[in-house]
Amino acid sequence: MISVTHLVKVFGDFTAVNDITFDVAQGEIFAFLGPNGAGKTTTIKMLTTLLRPTSGRIELDGLDPTVKQKLARQRFGIVFQDPSLDNEQTAWENMDLHGVLYHVPRKLRAQRTEELLKLFELWDRKDAYVKTFSGGMKRRLEIARGFLHTPKILFLDEPTLGLDPQSRNQLWTHVKHLNETEKTTVFLTTHYMDEADRVAHRIAIMDHGKIVAQGTSAELKQQTGTESLEAAFLALTGSSLRDEAANSKDALRQVAQMFGRR
Amino acid sequence: MGAIYILWLRELKRYVRSRVQIVVSLGQPCLYLLALGFGLGPVFQQAGHGSYLQFMAPGVVGMTVLFSSVFSGIAMLWDRQFGFLKETLVAPVSRMQIMIGRTLGGATVAVIQGTLILMICLIAGFRPHSWFAIPAAFLFVVMIAIVFAAFGTALGSVIKDMQGFQLVMNFLVLPIFFLSGALFPLANLPFAMRIITRLDPLSYGVDGLRGVLINTWHFSLAFDVALLAGIAAVFLSAGAFLFTRIEA
Repeated sequence: MISVTHLVKVFGDFTAVNDITFDVAQGEIFAFLGPNGAGKTTTIKMLTTLLRPTSGRIELDGLDPTVKQKLARQRFGIVFQDPSLDNEQTAWENMDLHGVLYHVPRKLRAQRTEELLKLFELWDRKDAYVKTFSGGMKRRLEIARGFLHTPKILFLDEPTLGLDPQSRNQLWTHVKHLNETEKTTVFLTTHYMDEADRVAHRIAIMDHGKIVAQGTSAELKQQTGTESLEAAFLALTGSSLRDEAANSKDALRQVAQMFGRR
Repeated sequence: MGAIYILWLRELKRYVRSRVQIVVSLGQPCLYLLALGFGLGPVFQQAGHGSYLQFMAPGVVGMTVLFSSVFSGIAMLWDRQFGFLKETLVAPVSRMQIMIGRTLGGATVAVIQGTLILMICLIAGFRPHSWFAIPAAFLFVVMIAIVFAAFGTALGSVIKDMQGFQLVMNFLVLPIFFLSGALFPLANLPFAMRIITRLDPLSYGVDGLRGVLINTWHFSLAFDVALLAGIAAVFLSAGAFLFTRIEA
Protein backbone atom coordinates (compact mmCIF):
# COMPACT_ATOMS: atom_id res chain seq x y z
CA MET A 1 0.00 0.00 0.00
CA ILE A 2 2.90 2.30 0.83
CA SER A 3 6.19 1.70 -0.87
CA VAL A 4 9.20 3.93 -0.31
CA THR A 5 12.58 3.43 -1.95
CA HIS A 6 15.78 5.38 -1.32
CA LEU A 7 13.90 8.44 -0.11
CA VAL A 8 16.06 11.49 0.67
CA LYS A 9 15.21 15.00 1.87
CA VAL A 10 17.89 17.65 2.22
CA PHE A 11 17.30 21.10 3.76
CA GLY A 12 20.29 23.28 2.91
CA ASP A 13 23.26 21.33 4.23
CA PHE A 14 21.17 19.25 6.63
CA THR A 15 19.98 15.81 5.54
CA ALA A 16 16.70 15.26 7.39
CA VAL A 17 15.86 11.96 5.70
CA ASN A 18 18.79 9.94 4.47
CA ASP A 19 18.04 7.16 2.00
CA ILE A 20 15.21 5.22 3.64
CA THR A 21 13.42 2.24 2.13
CA PHE A 22 10.36 0.46 3.51
CA ASP A 23 7.05 -1.12 2.56
CA VAL A 24 3.69 -1.16 4.30
CA ALA A 25 1.18 -3.83 3.30
CA GLN A 26 -2.53 -3.19 2.89
CA GLY A 27 -4.47 -3.31 6.18
CA GLU A 28 -1.30 -3.15 8.21
CA ILE A 29 -0.67 -0.86 11.18
CA PHE A 30 2.88 0.38 10.79
CA ALA A 31 4.64 2.41 13.49
CA PHE A 32 7.51 4.79 12.93
CA LEU A 33 9.52 5.38 16.06
CA GLY A 34 12.48 7.63 16.64
CA PRO A 35 13.87 10.36 18.88
CA ASN A 36 13.00 14.02 18.24
CA GLY A 37 14.44 15.26 14.99
CA ALA A 38 14.94 11.76 13.60
CA GLY A 39 13.05 12.67 10.42
CA LYS A 40 9.66 11.06 11.11
CA THR A 41 7.56 14.13 10.46
CA THR A 42 9.61 15.05 7.40
CA THR A 43 8.94 11.56 6.04
CA ILE A 44 5.20 11.93 6.68
CA LYS A 45 5.20 15.33 5.00
CA MET A 46 6.79 13.82 1.91
CA LEU A 47 4.36 10.92 1.89
CA THR A 48 1.42 13.33 2.14
CA THR A 49 2.53 15.69 -0.67
CA LEU A 50 3.38 18.55 1.72
CA LEU A 51 7.08 18.37 0.92
CA ARG A 52 8.85 17.41 -2.26
CA PRO A 53 11.46 14.68 -1.82
CA THR A 54 15.01 15.57 -2.83
CA SER A 55 15.31 12.13 -4.40
CA GLY A 56 13.86 8.63 -4.17
CA ARG A 57 10.50 7.09 -5.00
CA ILE A 58 7.20 6.98 -3.14
CA GLU A 59 4.15 4.93 -4.07
CA LEU A 60 0.80 5.20 -2.33
CA ASP A 61 -1.68 2.61 -3.55
CA GLY A 62 0.36 2.41 -6.74
CA LEU A 63 0.37 6.19 -7.28
CA ASP A 64 3.34 8.53 -7.14
CA PRO A 65 2.12 11.38 -4.89
CA THR A 66 4.59 13.84 -6.40
CA VAL A 67 2.98 13.35 -9.82
CA LYS A 68 -0.65 12.35 -9.18
CA GLN A 69 -1.09 14.70 -6.25
CA LYS A 70 -4.86 14.96 -6.20
CA LEU A 71 -5.53 11.26 -6.74
CA ALA A 72 -3.06 10.40 -3.99
CA ARG A 73 -4.58 12.94 -1.61
CA GLN A 74 -8.03 11.49 -2.14
CA ARG A 75 -6.69 8.13 -0.93
CA PHE A 76 -5.19 9.11 2.37
CA GLY A 77 -6.27 10.86 5.55
CA ILE A 78 -3.89 12.55 7.92
CA VAL A 79 -3.87 13.62 11.54
CA PHE A 80 -1.05 16.08 12.00
CA GLN A 81 1.24 16.39 14.97
CA ASP A 82 -0.26 19.77 15.80
CA PRO A 83 -3.98 20.44 15.60
CA SER A 84 -5.52 21.39 12.27
CA LEU A 85 -9.15 21.99 13.21
CA ASP A 86 -11.02 25.22 12.67
CA ASN A 87 -11.70 26.36 16.23
CA GLU A 88 -14.29 28.90 15.19
CA GLN A 89 -16.57 26.28 13.68
CA THR A 90 -18.57 23.49 15.28
CA ALA A 91 -17.56 19.83 15.22
CA TRP A 92 -20.22 19.16 12.61
CA GLU A 93 -19.07 22.04 10.41
CA ASN A 94 -15.48 20.85 10.58
CA MET A 95 -16.55 17.41 9.41
CA ASP A 96 -18.76 18.85 6.71
CA LEU A 97 -16.03 21.13 5.38
CA HIS A 98 -13.66 18.19 5.21
CA GLY A 99 -16.27 16.14 3.37
CA VAL A 100 -16.75 18.86 0.78
CA LEU A 101 -13.00 19.23 0.24
CA TYR A 102 -12.73 15.47 -0.28
CA HIS A 103 -15.70 15.29 -2.66
CA VAL A 104 -17.84 13.08 -0.41
CA PRO A 105 -21.44 13.28 -1.70
CA ARG A 106 -23.82 15.19 0.57
CA LYS A 107 -25.91 12.24 1.75
CA LEU A 108 -22.95 9.99 2.45
CA ARG A 109 -21.23 12.91 4.14
CA ALA A 110 -24.03 13.36 6.65
CA GLN A 111 -24.31 9.64 7.23
CA ARG A 112 -20.60 9.05 7.81
CA THR A 113 -20.25 12.17 9.93
CA GLU A 114 -22.99 10.88 12.21
CA GLU A 115 -21.48 7.40 12.39
CA LEU A 116 -17.99 8.63 13.15
CA LEU A 117 -19.02 11.30 15.65
CA LYS A 118 -21.04 8.67 17.48
CA LEU A 119 -18.16 6.20 17.40
CA PHE A 120 -15.74 8.78 18.79
CA GLU A 121 -18.33 9.86 21.38
CA LEU A 122 -18.67 13.41 20.12
CA TRP A 123 -22.21 13.26 18.77
CA ASP A 124 -23.81 15.13 21.66
CA ARG A 125 -21.28 17.94 21.18
CA LYS A 126 -21.63 18.16 17.42
CA ASP A 127 -22.99 21.70 17.50
CA ALA A 128 -20.43 23.05 19.96
CA TYR A 129 -17.53 25.18 18.77
CA VAL A 130 -14.27 23.29 18.61
CA LYS A 131 -12.59 26.00 20.72
CA THR A 132 -14.64 24.74 23.69
CA PHE A 133 -13.27 21.18 23.32
CA SER A 134 -10.64 19.58 25.53
CA GLY A 135 -7.38 18.33 24.01
CA GLY A 136 -8.63 14.76 23.94
CA MET A 137 -11.90 15.70 22.25
CA LYS A 138 -10.05 17.70 19.59
CA ARG A 139 -7.81 14.74 18.90
CA ARG A 140 -10.78 12.41 18.57
CA LEU A 141 -12.50 14.82 16.24
CA GLU A 142 -9.41 15.05 14.07
CA ILE A 143 -9.14 11.30 13.80
CA ALA A 144 -12.86 10.97 13.08
CA ARG A 145 -12.40 13.60 10.37
CA GLY A 146 -9.44 11.69 8.96
CA PHE A 147 -11.68 8.67 8.43
CA LEU A 148 -14.58 10.62 6.90
CA HIS A 149 -13.66 10.15 3.26
CA THR A 150 -12.91 6.42 3.80
CA PRO A 151 -9.21 6.74 3.08
CA LYS A 152 -7.18 3.70 2.17
CA ILE A 153 -4.30 4.95 4.27
CA LEU A 154 -4.44 6.96 7.47
CA PHE A 155 -1.35 8.83 8.65
CA LEU A 156 -1.20 9.59 12.36
CA ASP A 157 1.69 11.82 13.42
CA GLU A 158 2.01 11.54 17.21
CA PRO A 159 -1.76 11.51 17.65
CA THR A 160 -1.67 10.90 21.39
CA LEU A 161 0.75 13.67 22.33
CA GLY A 162 -0.41 15.26 25.56
CA LEU A 163 -3.41 12.99 26.14
CA ASP A 164 -4.25 11.22 29.38
CA PRO A 165 -4.06 7.40 29.48
CA GLN A 166 -7.87 7.06 29.21
CA SER A 167 -8.05 9.11 26.01
CA ARG A 168 -5.02 7.35 24.56
CA ASN A 169 -6.47 3.98 25.29
CA GLN A 170 -9.85 4.83 23.83
CA LEU A 171 -8.32 6.44 20.78
CA TRP A 172 -6.28 3.38 19.87
CA THR A 173 -9.28 1.13 20.44
CA HIS A 174 -11.19 3.14 17.84
CA VAL A 175 -8.29 3.21 15.41
CA LYS A 176 -7.83 -0.56 15.71
CA HIS A 177 -11.56 -1.06 15.27
CA LEU A 178 -11.62 1.00 12.07
CA ASN A 179 -8.46 -0.69 10.85
CA GLU A 180 -10.29 -4.00 11.16
CA THR A 181 -13.71 -2.99 9.85
CA GLU A 182 -12.66 -0.64 7.04
CA LYS A 183 -9.32 -2.30 6.23
CA THR A 184 -7.60 1.06 6.49
CA THR A 185 -3.82 0.92 6.40
CA VAL A 186 -2.46 2.94 9.32
CA PHE A 187 0.92 4.64 9.38
CA LEU A 188 1.71 6.16 12.76
CA THR A 189 4.48 7.82 14.69
CA THR A 190 4.61 8.00 18.46
CA HIS A 191 6.94 8.45 21.41
CA TYR A 192 5.00 5.99 23.56
CA MET A 193 6.60 2.59 23.16
CA ASP A 194 3.76 0.77 24.87
CA GLU A 195 1.33 2.09 22.25
CA ALA A 196 3.49 0.95 19.37
CA ASP A 197 3.95 -2.40 21.07
CA ARG A 198 0.22 -2.85 21.53
CA VAL A 199 -1.17 -1.45 18.31
CA ALA A 200 1.39 -1.82 15.53
CA HIS A 201 1.85 -4.92 13.45
CA ARG A 202 5.25 -3.79 12.35
CA ILE A 203 7.67 -1.15 13.58
CA ALA A 204 10.51 0.82 12.00
CA ILE A 205 12.98 2.71 14.17
CA MET A 206 14.48 5.84 12.71
CA ASP A 207 17.44 7.88 13.90
CA HIS A 208 19.45 10.67 12.28
CA GLY A 209 17.39 10.35 9.11
CA LYS A 210 18.02 6.64 8.66
CA ILE A 211 15.98 3.54 9.45
CA VAL A 212 18.14 1.65 11.92
CA ALA A 213 15.88 -1.39 12.32
CA GLN A 214 12.48 -2.69 11.26
CA GLY A 215 10.31 -5.67 12.04
CA THR A 216 7.69 -6.82 14.52
CA SER A 217 8.05 -5.83 18.15
CA ALA A 218 9.21 -9.38 18.97
CA GLU A 219 11.82 -9.32 16.22
CA LEU A 220 13.21 -6.00 17.44
CA LYS A 221 13.50 -7.28 20.99
CA GLN A 222 15.16 -10.45 19.79
CA GLN A 223 17.55 -8.55 17.54
CA THR A 224 18.76 -6.36 20.38
CA GLY A 225 18.51 -9.02 23.09
CA THR A 226 16.22 -6.87 25.23
CA GLU A 227 13.05 -7.51 27.23
CA SER A 228 10.92 -4.52 26.26
CA LEU A 229 10.41 -2.40 23.16
CA GLU A 230 11.63 0.62 25.09
CA ALA A 231 14.90 -1.11 25.91
CA ALA A 232 15.24 -2.18 22.30
CA PHE A 233 14.59 1.40 21.19
CA LEU A 234 17.27 2.78 23.52
CA ALA A 235 19.70 0.08 22.49
CA LEU A 236 19.23 1.09 18.86
CA THR A 237 19.18 4.86 19.19
CA GLY A 238 21.45 5.46 22.21
CA SER A 239 20.49 7.51 25.23
CA SER A 240 21.82 10.96 24.33
CA LEU A 241 19.25 13.76 24.24
CA ARG A 242 18.16 15.40 20.98
CA ASP A 243 17.23 19.03 20.88
CA GLU A 244 15.16 20.55 18.17
CA ALA A 245 15.65 24.23 17.48
CA ALA A 246 12.59 26.36 18.21
CA ASN A 247 11.17 27.90 15.06
CA SER A 248 9.14 30.98 14.30
CA LYS A 249 5.97 28.93 14.70
CA ASP A 250 6.62 28.30 18.36
CA ALA A 251 7.30 31.99 18.90
CA LEU A 252 4.07 32.97 17.20
CA ARG A 253 2.13 30.39 19.15
CA GLN A 254 3.30 32.09 22.32
CA VAL A 255 2.13 35.45 21.09
CA ALA A 256 -1.19 33.91 20.19
CA GLN A 257 -1.56 32.46 23.64
CA MET A 258 -0.73 35.83 25.13
CA PHE A 259 -3.54 37.44 23.19
CA GLY A 260 -5.77 34.57 24.20
CA ARG A 261 -6.96 33.97 20.68
CA ARG A 262 -8.56 30.58 20.19
CA MET B 1 -16.75 24.55 -7.04
CA GLY B 2 -17.80 22.98 -3.75
CA ALA B 3 -14.42 23.78 -2.27
CA ILE B 4 -14.58 27.44 -3.28
CA TYR B 5 -18.08 27.75 -1.85
CA ILE B 6 -17.33 26.07 1.48
CA LEU B 7 -14.19 28.17 2.06
CA TRP B 8 -16.04 31.33 1.09
CA LEU B 9 -18.80 30.38 3.51
CA ARG B 10 -16.24 29.77 6.24
CA GLU B 11 -14.87 33.31 5.96
CA LEU B 12 -18.39 34.69 6.14
CA LYS B 13 -19.31 32.59 9.17
CA ARG B 14 -16.21 33.71 10.99
CA TYR B 15 -17.13 37.32 10.33
CA VAL B 16 -20.74 37.04 11.42
CA ARG B 17 -19.80 35.12 14.55
CA SER B 18 -17.18 37.51 15.86
CA ARG B 19 -19.49 40.34 16.87
CA VAL B 20 -16.86 42.05 18.98
CA GLN B 21 -14.58 42.21 15.98
CA ILE B 22 -17.31 43.76 13.84
CA VAL B 23 -17.77 46.56 16.36
CA VAL B 24 -14.02 47.06 16.78
CA SER B 25 -13.34 47.17 13.07
CA LEU B 26 -16.15 49.67 12.52
CA GLY B 27 -14.93 51.81 15.41
CA GLN B 28 -11.74 52.99 13.76
CA PRO B 29 -13.33 54.38 10.58
CA CYS B 30 -15.98 56.05 12.73
CA LEU B 31 -13.23 57.75 14.71
CA TYR B 32 -11.66 59.08 11.52
CA LEU B 33 -15.03 60.19 10.28
CA LEU B 34 -15.95 62.07 13.45
CA ALA B 35 -12.57 63.36 14.62
CA LEU B 36 -11.22 64.39 11.23
CA GLY B 37 -14.53 65.00 9.47
CA PHE B 38 -15.78 67.43 12.07
CA GLY B 39 -12.37 68.49 13.42
CA LEU B 40 -10.80 69.54 10.13
CA GLY B 41 -14.13 70.60 8.63
CA PRO B 42 -13.81 74.35 9.42
CA VAL B 43 -10.23 74.55 8.03
CA PHE B 44 -11.25 72.77 4.84
CA GLN B 45 -14.25 75.08 4.49
CA GLN B 46 -12.12 78.19 4.90
CA ALA B 47 -9.77 76.93 2.19
CA GLY B 48 -12.80 77.03 -0.09
CA HIS B 49 -13.25 73.31 -0.72
CA GLY B 50 -16.70 72.90 0.82
CA SER B 51 -17.63 70.28 3.39
CA TYR B 52 -14.78 68.06 4.57
CA LEU B 53 -17.21 65.36 5.69
CA GLN B 54 -18.53 65.18 2.14
CA PHE B 55 -14.97 64.99 0.86
CA MET B 56 -13.58 62.37 3.20
CA ALA B 57 -16.57 60.01 3.61
CA PRO B 58 -15.71 58.12 0.37
CA GLY B 59 -12.11 57.95 1.61
CA VAL B 60 -13.21 56.41 4.88
CA VAL B 61 -15.29 53.83 3.01
CA GLY B 62 -12.21 53.00 0.93
CA MET B 63 -10.10 52.73 4.06
CA THR B 64 -12.57 50.35 5.72
CA VAL B 65 -12.56 48.09 2.69
CA LEU B 66 -8.75 48.24 2.48
CA PHE B 67 -8.17 47.28 6.11
CA SER B 68 -10.84 44.63 6.19
CA SER B 69 -9.73 42.88 3.01
CA VAL B 70 -5.99 42.97 3.74
CA PHE B 71 -6.66 41.63 7.23
CA SER B 72 -8.71 38.74 5.97
CA GLY B 73 -5.79 37.72 3.78
CA ILE B 74 -3.32 38.04 6.60
CA ALA B 75 -5.67 36.06 8.85
CA MET B 76 -4.07 33.17 6.98
CA LEU B 77 -1.27 33.66 9.48
CA TRP B 78 -3.60 32.40 12.20
CA ASP B 79 -4.79 29.53 10.06
CA ARG B 80 -1.19 28.60 9.45
CA GLN B 81 -0.50 28.81 13.17
CA PHE B 82 -3.51 26.91 14.34
CA GLY B 83 -3.02 24.33 11.66
CA PHE B 84 -6.23 24.69 9.69
CA LEU B 85 -4.31 25.81 6.61
CA LYS B 86 -2.64 22.39 6.42
CA GLU B 87 -6.00 20.67 6.41
CA THR B 88 -6.85 22.54 3.21
CA LEU B 89 -3.40 22.09 1.69
CA VAL B 90 -3.52 18.27 1.78
CA ALA B 91 -7.08 18.11 0.48
CA PRO B 92 -7.58 16.80 -3.07
CA VAL B 93 -8.51 20.19 -4.49
CA SER B 94 -6.26 22.55 -6.38
CA ARG B 95 -4.53 25.32 -4.50
CA MET B 96 -6.12 27.72 -6.94
CA GLN B 97 -9.61 26.83 -5.71
CA ILE B 98 -8.55 27.22 -2.08
CA MET B 99 -6.99 30.58 -2.83
CA ILE B 100 -10.05 31.80 -4.74
CA GLY B 101 -12.44 30.64 -2.01
CA ARG B 102 -10.48 32.38 0.70
CA THR B 103 -9.94 35.55 -1.29
CA LEU B 104 -13.57 35.87 -2.34
CA GLY B 105 -14.63 35.24 1.26
CA GLY B 106 -12.33 38.01 2.49
CA ALA B 107 -13.52 40.33 -0.26
CA THR B 108 -17.17 39.65 0.61
CA VAL B 109 -16.56 40.48 4.24
CA ALA B 110 -14.81 43.69 3.20
CA VAL B 111 -17.75 44.65 0.99
CA ILE B 112 -20.13 44.17 3.91
CA GLN B 113 -17.91 46.30 6.15
CA GLY B 114 -17.66 49.00 3.49
CA THR B 115 -21.42 49.02 3.05
CA LEU B 116 -21.96 49.36 6.80
CA ILE B 117 -19.57 52.31 6.95
CA LEU B 118 -21.27 53.95 4.00
CA MET B 119 -24.53 53.69 5.92
CA ILE B 120 -22.88 55.21 8.99
CA CYS B 121 -21.58 58.06 6.80
CA LEU B 122 -25.11 58.69 5.56
CA ILE B 123 -26.33 58.83 9.15
CA ALA B 124 -23.50 61.21 10.07
CA GLY B 125 -24.72 63.65 7.44
CA PHE B 126 -22.97 62.60 4.25
CA ARG B 127 -25.13 63.13 1.14
CA PRO B 128 -24.27 61.70 -2.30
CA HIS B 129 -25.03 64.02 -5.20
CA SER B 130 -27.61 61.52 -6.40
CA TRP B 131 -29.07 58.37 -4.81
CA PHE B 132 -28.41 56.51 -8.03
CA ALA B 133 -24.73 56.91 -7.20
CA ILE B 134 -24.96 54.27 -4.47
CA PRO B 135 -24.99 51.22 -6.81
CA ALA B 136 -22.05 52.66 -8.76
CA ALA B 137 -20.19 53.20 -5.49
CA PHE B 138 -20.89 49.56 -4.70
CA LEU B 139 -19.00 48.57 -7.86
CA PHE B 140 -15.92 50.41 -6.62
CA VAL B 141 -16.26 48.91 -3.15
CA VAL B 142 -16.25 45.44 -4.75
CA MET B 143 -13.22 46.26 -6.89
CA ILE B 144 -11.21 47.66 -3.98
CA ALA B 145 -12.16 44.60 -1.93
CA ILE B 146 -10.96 42.16 -4.59
CA VAL B 147 -7.71 44.03 -5.23
CA PHE B 148 -6.74 44.12 -1.58
CA ALA B 149 -8.07 40.71 -0.58
CA ALA B 150 -5.80 39.26 -3.28
CA PHE B 151 -3.01 41.50 -1.98
CA GLY B 152 -3.66 40.13 1.52
CA THR B 153 -3.59 36.54 0.30
CA ALA B 154 -0.26 37.17 -1.38
CA LEU B 155 1.14 38.70 1.80
CA GLY B 156 -0.35 35.97 3.98
CA SER B 157 1.38 33.35 1.83
CA VAL B 158 4.75 34.99 2.38
CA ILE B 159 4.85 36.27 5.96
CA LYS B 160 5.19 33.70 8.68
CA ASP B 161 5.17 35.48 12.02
CA MET B 162 3.92 38.41 14.06
CA GLN B 163 6.92 40.61 13.24
CA GLY B 164 6.15 40.24 9.56
CA PHE B 165 2.58 41.19 10.27
CA GLN B 166 3.57 44.40 12.04
CA LEU B 167 5.99 45.20 9.26
CA VAL B 168 3.20 44.90 6.73
CA MET B 169 0.84 47.02 8.80
CA ASN B 170 3.26 49.88 9.36
CA PHE B 171 5.08 49.95 6.07
CA LEU B 172 2.41 48.84 3.62
CA VAL B 173 -1.19 49.12 4.75
CA LEU B 174 -1.01 52.44 6.59
CA PRO B 175 0.99 54.16 3.81
CA ILE B 176 -1.46 52.79 1.24
CA PHE B 177 -4.24 54.45 3.20
CA PHE B 178 -2.54 57.77 3.96
CA LEU B 179 -1.12 58.22 0.46
CA SER B 180 -4.33 57.38 -1.38
CA GLY B 181 -5.97 60.77 -1.28
CA ALA B 182 -8.56 59.42 1.14
CA LEU B 183 -7.93 62.37 3.46
CA PHE B 184 -6.68 65.11 1.12
CA PRO B 185 -7.24 66.19 -2.50
CA LEU B 186 -4.67 64.86 -4.98
CA ALA B 187 -4.51 68.17 -6.81
CA ASN B 188 -1.55 70.59 -6.43
CA LEU B 189 0.69 68.14 -4.58
CA PRO B 190 4.51 68.37 -4.60
CA PHE B 191 6.11 66.34 -7.37
CA ALA B 192 7.29 63.43 -5.18
CA MET B 193 3.88 63.07 -3.57
CA ARG B 194 2.21 63.15 -6.96
CA ILE B 195 4.30 60.18 -8.07
CA ILE B 196 3.72 58.22 -4.85
CA THR B 197 -0.02 58.79 -4.79
CA ARG B 198 -0.24 57.64 -8.38
CA LEU B 199 1.57 54.42 -7.54
CA ASP B 200 -0.94 53.68 -4.79
CA PRO B 201 -3.73 51.40 -6.07
CA LEU B 202 -6.15 52.72 -3.47
CA SER B 203 -5.91 56.21 -5.01
CA TYR B 204 -7.95 55.00 -7.96
CA GLY B 205 -10.46 53.26 -5.74
CA VAL B 206 -10.98 56.30 -3.58
CA ASP B 207 -11.12 58.57 -6.63
CA GLY B 208 -13.75 56.29 -8.15
CA LEU B 209 -15.82 56.30 -4.97
CA ARG B 210 -15.55 60.06 -4.58
CA GLY B 211 -16.29 60.56 -8.25
CA VAL B 212 -19.50 58.58 -8.30
CA LEU B 213 -20.67 59.71 -4.87
CA ILE B 214 -20.01 63.46 -4.91
CA ASN B 215 -19.04 63.94 -8.55
CA THR B 216 -15.50 65.15 -7.86
CA TRP B 217 -12.99 63.40 -10.14
CA HIS B 218 -9.25 63.62 -10.16
CA PHE B 219 -8.87 60.88 -12.75
CA SER B 220 -11.90 59.58 -14.66
CA LEU B 221 -14.44 56.80 -14.31
CA ALA B 222 -13.12 54.75 -17.23
CA PHE B 223 -9.52 55.21 -16.13
CA ASP B 224 -10.20 54.18 -12.53
CA VAL B 225 -12.22 51.11 -13.52
CA ALA B 226 -9.70 49.94 -16.09
CA LEU B 227 -6.76 50.43 -13.78
CA LEU B 228 -8.41 48.71 -10.81
CA ALA B 229 -9.40 45.76 -12.99
CA GLY B 230 -5.83 45.49 -14.24
CA ILE B 231 -4.40 45.67 -10.72
CA ALA B 232 -6.92 43.08 -9.53
CA ALA B 233 -5.77 40.70 -12.27
CA VAL B 234 -2.11 41.22 -11.34
CA PHE B 235 -2.68 40.78 -7.59
CA LEU B 236 -4.91 37.74 -8.07
CA SER B 237 -2.24 36.06 -10.20
CA ALA B 238 0.47 37.00 -7.71
CA GLY B 239 -1.65 35.74 -4.82
CA ALA B 240 -2.39 32.48 -6.62
CA PHE B 241 1.26 31.99 -7.50
CA LEU B 242 2.53 32.66 -3.98
CA PHE B 243 -0.24 30.58 -2.41
CA THR B 244 0.55 27.54 -4.54
CA ARG B 245 4.16 27.78 -3.40
CA ILE B 246 3.39 27.45 0.31
CA GLU B 247 5.13 24.47 1.83
CA ALA B 248 3.69 23.39 5.14
